[in-house]
Amino acid sequence: MHLSETISSGFFFLAPWLVFAPVTGLLINLIFGRQFSEKVIGTVASLASGAAFVVSVLLAYSVSINHGERVSVPLAEWIHIGTLQLDWTFRVDSLSTTMMLVVSGVGTLIHIYAIGYMHEDVRFKNDEGRYNRFFIFLNLFIAAMMILVSGDSFMMLFVGWEGVGLSSFLLIGFWYEMDTLARPSWANSNAAKKAFIVNRIGDFGFLIAGFLMFWYLGSFQFDEVFKAAPAIAESAPWVIVAITLFMLVGVAGKSAQIPLYIWLPDAMAGPTPVSALIHAATMVTAGVYLVARSAPLYTLVPQAQYIVAMVGAGTALFAATIAVGQYDIKKVLAYSTISQLGYMIAAVGMGAYVAGMFHLIAHAFFKALLFLSAGSVILGLERGHHAHAHHVSHVDHGKKKKEGKKKEEERGHNEEHGEAFDPGDMRNMGGMRKTMPLTFWLYLIGALALAGIFPLVGFWSKDEILLDASLHYTSVYWQLTIAAFFTAFYMGRQIWMVFFGEPRHAAAAHAQESPKVITVPLMILAGLSVLGGALNLPFEGFHNLGHWLGYTLGEVEALPLDLKVAGISTVLALLAILISWLIYGRNTLRAGQPDPLKRPLGFIFTGMENKWFVDEGYFAVIVNPFKKISQFLADVIDERFWHDFVHDTVILGTYNWLSEIALDRYADQKGIDAFANWLGDATQSVSATLRKVQNGFVRSYALAVMLGVVLILGYLIFK
Amino acid sequence: MVPVDYYIILSAILFTLGALGVLIRRNPLIIFMSIELMLNAGNLAFVAFGRSYEITKGELFFNGQIFVFFVIAVAAAEVAVGLALIVEIFKTRKNINIDEMNSLKG
Repeated sequence: MHLSETISSGFFFLAPWLVFAPVTGLLINLIFGRQFSEKVIGTVASLASGAAFVVSVLLAYSVSINHGERVSVPLAEWIHIGTLQLDWTFRVDSLSTTMMLVVSGVGTLIHIYAIGYMHEDVRFKNDEGRYNRFFIFLNLFIAAMMILVSGDSFMMLFVGWEGVGLSSFLLIGFWYEMDTLARPSWANSNAAKKAFIVNRIGDFGFLIAGFLMFWYLGSFQFDEVFKAAPAIAESAPWVIVAITLFMLVGVAGKSAQIPLYIWLPDAMAGPTPVSALIHAATMVTAGVYLVARSAPLYTLVPQAQYIVAMVGAGTALFAATIAVGQYDIKKVLAYSTISQLGYMIAAVGMGAYVAGMFHLIAHAFFKALLFLSAGSVILGLERGHHAHAHHVSHVDHGKKKKEGKKKEEERGHNEEHGEAFDPGDMRNMGGMRKTMPLTFWLYLIGALALAGIFPLVGFWSKDEILLDASLHYTSVYWQLTIAAFFTAFYMGRQIWMVFFGEPRHAAAAHAQESPKVITVPLMILAGLSVLGGALNLPFEGFHNLGHWLGYTLGEVEALPLDLKVAGISTVLALLAILISWLIYGRNTLRAGQPDPLKRPLGFIFTGMENKWFVDEGYFAVIVNPFKKISQFLADVIDERFWHDFVHDTVILGTYNWLSEIALDRYADQKGIDAFANWLGDATQSVSATLRKVQNGFVRSYALAVMLGVVLILGYLIFK
Repeated sequence: MVPVDYYIILSAILFTLGALGVLIRRNPLIIFMSIELMLNAGNLAFVAFGRSYEITKGELFFNGQIFVFFVIAVAAAEVAVGLALIVEIFKTRKNINIDEMNSLKG
């Protein structure tokens, strides 16, 4: 239905503001940012994101009062060439409004958090001028993500897809000249490049799927594709299989599945709000949204569905095992994100779209909470580190002048301490429960939600996926269940290592709690994590999300609570937490002590620690041969052969011979010059001869006149 | 009267003599005199033809004789100018041999 037709009530006309509000925010900060104070920059950006959230709420409300009817809001014509008709149209239905709400809602909370976080971060890294750029990029991301979720065709989705990839690159490489410990290095920009390039490989898959779609189904627009699909599935089913599997490649790139998940752990090089927003709550869920949106295509090809589900389940288990061996607080959460994305992909792969979307929303809440709390912990350690160093230098260098002291100290911290201090390393933490109590409780809520403990939101969403798996594919069910065990285990390990025991570094001992601008968004997210289960309880009459999404995805099977599945998962989670307490909680780690799992598990733990050497494998098989080949092509073939030999010797030499010897010496000098010179000489000699007529003798002139008269007269008389 | 041919032949002879004089003599005064001779030869031809026309037409016809006046006036002016030039040349070069006036050669 189009806006021009009868929509009696609703705010559908506001749809373009989903994109234009963040764009306006970013333009204001871009043009006037230099004159604004930090608070104003942050407020402008948060208001822009908040405006998008308000619009999302109004759009969702409009959809609901129209009983879930889908509305397309056309904005502009884009490409009209032959049979290709692509327009920028906003699609407002229950699925897209769900995504809009999650993205803009969590996004706005993270914007507010980032005001406080970046205020401290730019000071720890000594570059206050960079504050403005961060919020410009964040708003750019929100705008691109909005384009992604509100697009009416696969190509508009792809425009947003690329846009969020770009924003991700810009934000991961925000501190582009340093590494995470603020030393000058290529590390951060390499991480950004890795993210972009690996995403590109996924985009390649997406584009191939798009081309197939246009070639065989004639359009990119969602409705037209879904209408034309069943006929092609009858006549040439390989087309639909190919489309869905190539889209899976794109999803594997964007949503970090095997084999293209490798960029996400490196992406932790970006500031923590970036990790929370982009690499946990929103951008990486774009793949899940894509599969859910393409549900009509996937339901036509059960073989492809099975592959998607297996990829998701395998990723879930694989990433969960790696998370057990990680020491960086954000890396644990990164691999946890990959694992949870595997859950979501497995769910939508099996056809349990509501379960997948429910887990998407739940994951957005508790993973954003976890990442932001981790950021709070990291900042607390940085503050403790600086406070401690300040205290130390106060005592040691009491003779220095008071004025220049502060700047000198802040700059000289690293030099004073010798080796760089990593505020994210869990081996430097410990006992944070006492130094940062509020962060501890919020982090605990997030961890329990992730582990799937009743009655937090993670329990309900994960349970629904497990239930669907147990009914459809048993191997998927077992992989996901074992992954759930590991999930609870590594979260328990993290809680004991970070918050319990004794501080293992002076910075942890002096850590300070974060200000309200950081903790209030955390509290809101914690509240959502606790109460979020109400979105889709597996009891009759409470399947709210299922009912809501059913408007778009068609009739969804609403499964009741299966006590067996729920029981197994809860028992496993509690068992995992108990085991983690036995290993990490009972005898808490002391400074310098190696991980207690190292000796018993031996090479298995080494594998977990080193992410099963996947990156090293890629480097050995793909990257290094590629570098060698390109070096060969550049040095030998391009430089020595083409440039030196063909160009310099052959072409240039021939040309020079031609111009200097053949043409210059023979044709030009001996030929043309000779003729031209002869012409001049001849003229001179003729003129020398003719000059003799003018001899100055009057009598000869008179004689000439007389002769002329005679000749003329003779002619006239005798003619 | 005498047939007009006789006058014309005389005029031609006088003109030729004058032309030869211009070509052969070196002294500019003699050259001027030869020029005068040529002019007067022309005068003679004018008058002879004028009279001959008068006789054949039977009316008075003075055009030939009037033209002689013009020619004599021109000759006189030209000689005045030329003699002035010769005097100036003599004052500079102390020599009026025209064979030695060849500084305008190319």
